[in-house]
Amino acid sequence: MSGAPTVLEMRGIVKQFPGVLANDDVSFDLARGEVHALLGENGAGKSTLMNILYGLYKPDAGAILVNGKEETFSSAKDAIERGLGMVHQHFMLIPVMTVAENIVLATEPTEAGVFLDYAEARRQVSELARQFGFGIDPDARIEDITVGQQQRVEILKALYRRADILILDEPTAVLTPQEATELFTILKNLQREGMSIIFITHKLNEVLEIADRITVLRRGRVIDTVPREGATEDSLARMMVGRDVLLRVDKPPASPGDVALEVADMHVHDDRGIEKIRGISLQVRTGEIVGIAGVDGNGQTELVEAITGLRKRTSGAIVVDGKQVSSHASPRAILESGVGHIPEDRHRYGLVLDFTLAENAALHDYRYAPDSRFGWLRPGVLARRTARLIKEFDVRGGNPQTKARSLSGGNQQKLVAAREVDRDPKVLIAAQPTRGLDVGAIEYLHRRLVEERDQGRAILLVSLELDEVLSLSDRILVIYEGEIVAEHTSGVTEEEIGIEMLGGRREEAVA
Amino acid sequence: MSEPGPPPVGSTAPPPPETGEPTTTAGRYQVMQKLGGVVPAVLTGILAFFMGGVVIAISGHNPIDAYRGILDGAGINWFWAHLGNTDVLDLSTFNFTQTLLRTTTFVFAGLAVAFAFRCGLFNIGGNGQYTMGVVVSVWVGAYWGNALPNGLHVVIGIVLGALAGALWAGIAGILKATVGAHEVITTIMLNWIAYYFASYCFGQGGPLQNTQPGREAAPISDDVLDTSHAIIPVFWGDEGFQALHYGFFLAIAALVVFWIVLNRTTLGYEVRAVGFNPDAAAYGGINVKKNYFLAMAISGMFAGLAAAIDIFGWKYRAGTLDIQATTVGYVGIAVALLGRSTAVGVGLAAFVFGALDYGTTRGLDPEVFDPTLAGNLSYMIQGMVVLFVGADILILYLWSLRRKRFASPRMAGRGV
Repeated sequence: MSGAPTVLEMRGIVKQFPGVLANDDVSFDLARGEVHALLGENGAGKSTLMNILYGLYKPDAGAILVNGKEETFSSAKDAIERGLGMVHQHFMLIPVMTVAENIVLATEPTEAGVFLDYAEARRQVSELARQFGFGIDPDARIEDITVGQQQRVEILKALYRRADILILDEPTAVLTPQEATELFTILKNLQREGMSIIFITHKLNEVLEIADRITVLRRGRVIDTVPREGATEDSLARMMVGRDVLLRVDKPPASPGDVALEVADMHVHDDRGIEKIRGISLQVRTGEIVGIAGVDGNGQTELVEAITGLRKRTSGAIVVDGKQVSSHASPRAILESGVGHIPEDRHRYGLVLDFTLAENAALHDYRYAPDSRFGWLRPGVLARRTARLIKEFDVRGGNPQTKARSLSGGNQQKLVAAREVDRDPKVLIAAQPTRGLDVGAIEYLHRRLVEERDQGRAILLVSLELDEVLSLSDRILVIYEGEIVAEHTSGVTEEEIGIEMLGGRREEAVA
Repeated sequence: MSEPGPPPVGSTAPPPPETGEPTTTAGRYQVMQKLGGVVPAVLTGILAFFMGGVVIAISGHNPIDAYRGILDGAGINWFWAHLGNTDVLDLSTFNFTQTLLRTTTFVFAGLAVAFAFRCGLFNIGGNGQYTMGVVVSVWVGAYWGNALPNGLHVVIGIVLGALAGALWAGIAGILKATVGAHEVITTIMLNWIAYYFASYCFGQGGPLQNTQPGREAAPISDDVLDTSHAIIPVFWGDEGFQALHYGFFLAIAALVVFWIVLNRTTLGYEVRAVGFNPDAAAYGGINVKKNYFLAMAISGMFAGLAAAIDIFGWKYRAGTLDIQATTVGYVGIAVALLGRSTAVGVGLAAFVFGALDYGTTRGLDPEVFDPTLAGNLSYMIQGMVVLFVGADILILYLWSLRRKRFASPRMAGRGV
C-alpha cells in the first residue's frame, strides 16, 4: 500500500477498564483504498479499539488522526461527521420500514421541512446503489429481505452518510459462504472507488482472502502488522493465540454403536404458528457426531428446542436411549432421560449471567442430592464441584463465586459444556457450540467434542459454520426449510453443501 | 456551577487521562457490581432528600430547620439526647417508638414487593393484599369471641391474615402463569376489588361494622382490644396507646427468613433464576410458571403479614377511612426499590421511610414546619425515590460528574 495517503491513524491508544488493560499502546493506520484487517481473539481488544475510534469510549491516552489532523470523538455523531461508517455485527435496522427509509433515517430529505420526501429518498438510494454496484430494491421492507441484503443496506447507510472509511465488525458471522463471497465482491468494488475499510474478524481464511494488510491484536497489544503476502493461516493463528494452534480437527474414525437418539417424522411450529420443521427424521448413534448444516432460520433452532422439550412438537416421535419421549415431556424430564444440551444462545439459555459460576453449574441438578437436601442448597458442595469443572475444562477468569457475566464468551461456553458433559448424558446436543469464540477456545471445544464422542456419547451438532460441521461431523445432514434435503458421510465439498443449503439451486447473485 | 457536559469537542489537545468511565450498559453494570449496588441507592436517597429541601426552600422555609424538625419528629434525636431512656412519656422516646412501629409495617410491605422483584415480577398490589389481610385479621381478632386462648388466637389471626394476602396475590400469580395476564394490571384491579370489599365490610350495615351500642353509625369495626384482647404483647410503651410490640422482632426475623429462603434454598434458587433469566431457568428444567405463582403468593403473604401485625400489634381495628387512606403497599414499592430488594437494604429503607412517615406527620412540631406541608413532602420524597431508582443512569452520571469535579481518581474501583 505504499504511496497511498494515510486516511486514518491511531497512535498509542491506551484504554484501561477496572482490572483489564483493554488497549495497551495500540497504534493502527489505514491507507486510502486499503482493506486492513484487525485480527484477534475475543477479548483481544478489537472492539474496544473500534469503539474508541467510533466515539463510544474515550481513550485514556493516545491520539486519533483523520487525514493527518488530530480529532477528538466524543460520540458516534462526531465519528460519522468525519467520514467514518460502522457496520455492526447486529444490524441497526427497523424491520417494518423499507430499505430506502432505513438508509435515509436521521438525515432524510424532507418536504416543507417536516414530511419525508420519499420519492427523493428513493431516488438518492437507487443512485447510490447503482454507483457502487449494489443490487437492491429500495422499496423492499427490511423484514422481507435476506440477512446478506440487510448487511448491504447497512453498508449503503454508511455510504449515504458520506463515509469514506468503513468499519465492518465480524461481517461474515451471519452469512452463508455464498453471501460472504458476494460481500467480498462488494468490498473489492468499494475499494476500487477509493473507500478504506477496516475489517474486524477472527476468521483466518477471510483475512487472507480480502485484506491488504493484517494487524493482529492479542491481550490489548499489537503483535504485528503484516502484509497479506507471505502470511499463512498457521502464522496468523500463532500470532493470535501466542502458540501453535491445531486448526484442523484431528479425529480418529468413528465407531458408531446403537441408536441413542431417534427422531421420526417430526413436525414443529414456531411462535407465530408457522411450520418450521416439516417432517424430519434422523438418527444419532453412540460414538458418532452428526452435523446439521444449513442457513440460519431453516428450522435448526426449532429442531433443537423440540428435541430438548423447550418447544412442543405438533407430531412425530422422539426416542432417547430406546425410550419414547412423550410430546408433553417437560424439559426436565428430557434432561433426566439422558440428554445434554449446549444451547445456541448461551446468554439467553445456557447461563444465568447474574448467577455465580457455582450456581450456574448447578442449573440442572440444584434440586437433587448432593447439591441440595430437603430443599436446602449446599453451597460448599456446589463450590467444590464447580472448582473441579473449572480445572477440568480449563475455564479461566474466575472462581466458583465469580459472576458468570464477568467471564469471556469462550470461558462461559466452556462452563456450559462442562456442566452438560459432567451430567454424563447419552445424547449431547451441541447447538452452535463455538459461535463467537476465539481460535483457542474453538480448538479446545472441538477436541473435547471428539473426546466425548469417543467416550460413547451420541452427539448432534447444529452449526451455521460450515467449516465446523465439515471438520467435526462423521455424518452431515443438510437442512433446508424444515426438511433434511441431503445426507453425506464423506468427500463432500463446501460448495456442494452450500448449494444444497440454499435448496439445491444457487440463487442468482444480485450484486 | 461549572458546566456539566462532555469535554469540548474538537479541541486539539489530547484528552486528559481519566479513569475509564464505562459508557455502555455493561460497563455501568460492572461499576454497580463493584460497589455492591450501594452507591446508587444512597445517592438516590440523598438526591430525593436534596430535591425535597429545594421545594421546602421555595415554599419559604428553611430546609435545614425543617429536616431537623422531621428528624426530631421521628425521634431520631433519641440516639444522641436520650439514648437508654425507655420512658415513653419523654417525647423523643415516644417518637422513636412510633418510628419503629411504622418501620415494622414497612419491612413487611417492602418484602412484599422485593420478593416478587427477585422473581422478575412487579407486585404493585401490596395495598390490596394488605387490605384483605386487614379484613381477615379484624374478623378473626374482633369477631371470633373470646373462647380461644389469647396466644393461639393471635397466632391463628396472623396466619390467616398472611394467607389472605397470599391468596389475593396468588390470584394475580395464577393469571400470570395460566393466561399470561400481566401482574401489574391484575394487581391494580385486585387493589380496587379489595378496596370496595373492605369498604363494604366496615361500612354502614356491613358484616364487620361496629356492633357496640351507641356506635352503630361509625363505619369502623369492633376493637380487638375490647372483644377478645388477643393482641401481640407490647414491650415498649403503653398498650392501647400505639406502643411498640413484639411484631418488631417478627419483622427482623422476616428479613432473615427472606435472605435465607432466597440464598440457601432450592425455592430461592428457582425464584432468582427465573427473575434473572426465565429462558435459562426453563432450559435448566425449572417450571417458570409455578415460580411466578409461588413468588406472587409469597409476596402477598408478606403484605398480609404487614396487615395482621398492624391489627394485632397496635391498630386493633379498621374503618373504611383507614382502608381508603392506606398507602402501605405503595410505600412498600419505594422501600423495595431503595433497598434494592435485598434483606439488609429493605430493613434500612423501611427505617428511613418509617422515620419519614412519622416525622412528617404527627411527630412533627407544628411550630417548626406545617405538618400538612411536611406530609406532602414525605410523599414527594417517596415519589422521587421511585423516579430516581428508575433513572440510575442519571444517578451514576451525576456521580461521575462529582468525581471529575473533585478529580479524585479510582473512586469507582474502590468498594464501599
